[in-house]
Amino acid sequence: MRIHRRTLLALALATGLTAPSLALAADDTIKIGLLATFEGPFTVLGEDGERGAMTAVEEVGGKVAGKTIEIVKGSSDASPDSAVRAARKLVEQDGVKVLVGPLSGDEGLAVKDYAKTQPTVTFINGTSAAQDTTLRNPAENFFRFSTDGAQWMAGLGTYAFNDKGYKKVATVAEDYSFPYTQVFGFMAEFCKAGGKVPSKSWVPIGNKDYSSVIAAIPDDVDAIYVALGGADAVNFLTQYQQSGGTAPLIGGSITVDQTVLTSKGKLRDVLIGTPAAGPTADTNDSPSWTKFLEQYKKQPGAFPSPSLFAHGYYVNMKAALLGFEQVGGDVSDGGAKLRDALSKLSFDTPTGKVSLDKNRNAIADIFLTEVTEGADGNLLNKLVKVVSQVNQTLGIPEDEFMKLGAVNRDNPSCP
Amino acid sequence: MSLTLATDATAPRQTWLEKLGPGHVILAVALVLYPLVASDFFLTQIGGYSLIFGMLALSLMMLAGYGGMVSLAQITVAGIAAYAIAILGNNNSNVLGFGWPWWLAAPFAVLAAAVASALIGWISVRTEGIYTIMITLAIATATYYFAQQNYAIFNGHSGYAGIHAPSFWGVNWRDPKAFYYLCLGFAVLSYAAILYGAHSTFGLTLQAIRDNPRRMRALGYDVTAHKVFAWFLAGIIAGLAGVLLVWFNGRVSPGTIGVDVAIDVLIIAVIGGLRHPIGPFLGALVVVLMQTFAIDIVGAERFNTLIGLVFLVIVFVSPDGILGLWGRIKPHLAQESLRSGP
Repeated sequence: MRIHRRTLLALALATGLTAPSLALAADDTIKIGLLATFEGPFTVLGEDGERGAMTAVEEVGGKVAGKTIEIVKGSSDASPDSAVRAARKLVEQDGVKVLVGPLSGDEGLAVKDYAKTQPTVTFINGTSAAQDTTLRNPAENFFRFSTDGAQWMAGLGTYAFNDKGYKKVATVAEDYSFPYTQVFGFMAEFCKAGGKVPSKSWVPIGNKDYSSVIAAIPDDVDAIYVALGGADAVNFLTQYQQSGGTAPLIGGSITVDQTVLTSKGKLRDVLIGTPAAGPTADTNDSPSWTKFLEQYKKQPGAFPSPSLFAHGYYVNMKAALLGFEQVGGDVSDGGAKLRDALSKLSFDTPTGKVSLDKNRNAIADIFLTEVTEGADGNLLNKLVKVVSQVNQTLGIPEDEFMKLGAVNRDNPSCP
Repeated sequence: MSLTLATDATAPRQTWLEKLGPGHVILAVALVLYPLVASDFFLTQIGGYSLIFGMLALSLMMLAGYGGMVSLAQITVAGIAAYAIAILGNNNSNVLGFGWPWWLAAPFAVLAAAVASALIGWISVRTEGIYTIMITLAIATATYYFAQQNYAIFNGHSGYAGIHAPSFWGVNWRDPKAFYYLCLGFAVLSYAAILYGAHSTFGLTLQAIRDNPRRMRALGYDVTAHKVFAWFLAGIIAGLAGVLLVWFNGRVSPGTIGVDVAIDVLIIAVIGGLRHPIGPFLGALVVVLMQTFAIDIVGAERFNTLIGLVFLVIVFVSPDGILGLWGRIKPHLAQESLRSGP
């Protein structure tokens, strides 16, 4: 008898799962999909992204346009396949009309392709920052209120050449679209200023052993530009230090992020003084940033200062909420009104004003920083300079910028 | 004659319907009627995806169950077919893409996968047991890194995107219903082929080789050739799964053929059960459901732990997977109905 009952239970469960998604959600809730990496090498980054998104939701008390916000989470492992699979689940099974995410470069390119097949759903980027997500062949319903990886580098190349006096720099970066974009952004300025980049090393995501990479770096370089994320950055920096490397570092946006700066060990001595650039700066003392910092810190497991992933997800989630507010939470028209509102949206973020260009990519302020030790011993990105309102073509006229060609491992080059 | 006795106990003469059994008939009807109740998401993302991974695990089950060769390279074989489709057909990644029509590209991709599988087999048949696992794992890992770092052929980490399932006979095969039936068709074909093949002369020889290679060699059989041919056949099934997989995802990248996926295939086969070809499909369904819905049950931070626990429980309760579980429950059910009878 017992087994019969169990079989029935299993059957009931199975039918419950197969039944077309039941319309349980009442009219007074707004469902938003949140896609981030909760598996794989970028897990820490994904979790901080989630904190950022939830900060934005809690800021409005979990309600927008009089309706309760319901967040449905999806997880990827930073591979494009898994991002698309998670996006499909959120859109086709959970029925979200707005999806915020994903986190990393190639994921963004894949989700943009998927967005084209779902014209009634609005996709708002998380922190993925590959240039071509919005620059070439964009999707009408994909918005990016966070800037791309090349924009994040604004001001760094010139600063490294003029102020730091580095003439020859080797680069070490992960081998996919986001680091290509970062290296492109750095070199665009650095090469123009007269700098040389004799060697570029591309390493796979999740690499553990950097000894051959370290051996391949020329001895006579003035500095090493490192664009690695999360565990990869920690591994490389530790091994570089252990191998006796002494060249100063220049950081990519996520290399000297809080996800790396909070790691324990001797890294701190190497990192202090490293210049970098990105969409955030820890010692930004503007009132809007301080306010954001306080609200972010209420999230469980928060870092001493929000990483750029928390910031990016916050800004994009905030944009989604502002868009919903403007249309009264109404997406019954396939989201056309919402997308119209989003494309005209311009608002103040903790890091200054953000607005969109015609490709729905953000124009925003970028921060030039240097790693310093804070009063309580934590490492912080000290604000050096604000480069205001950087657009996707880095201030270069669009047709001229397009002639530079698509970002890849060999473009640009100035050996 | 003695070989027939070594297989599953089946009566010598039966009609076709008897041979098929009521289980198969009910299952077939249920699978054919499934699109009537399922949403598009359940058709492709659960149904189609389970069938594809079921086929992959089936090719492993054939090698492991009948040949005694546990392979971790089945996803690699499927990946070769998937990359072949991307390279020979059309893609929008601006790398290669020869624009062959599907009816040329797809058979070629399957053939390439089967030949590659035979090659992998040829390398690994000299080993046994855990060494076969290690050598196939090494091949899978090497292929993964090769794909990730080779730009001329594999387009690196980004891989190929914008690959479309074909449209012919007036059907767009990427439509959920059509795609589900396409997967179902190939899955049933592979399943039937394995069931039939297990009782064929070749299948019986393979099982005999698994049980006692030295005796078979003494009897005059070419053990290596038989094993390599088994790899070739398994490669056809894995290759078909690879073609379906690239049409399903619309893209292929090193992430598709990663080591974690290779281990997923092994997990699917093990928790499903290796004794009967239905096992891999059961395993695939359980794993795909878990991977899709675990995040809704326990939230984003802990869902991988839950997946791991469920697998642990299945293997703990029943070492030969869900099939073994069924084998254990079945006699109870029979007794129960006797007791509760009038």
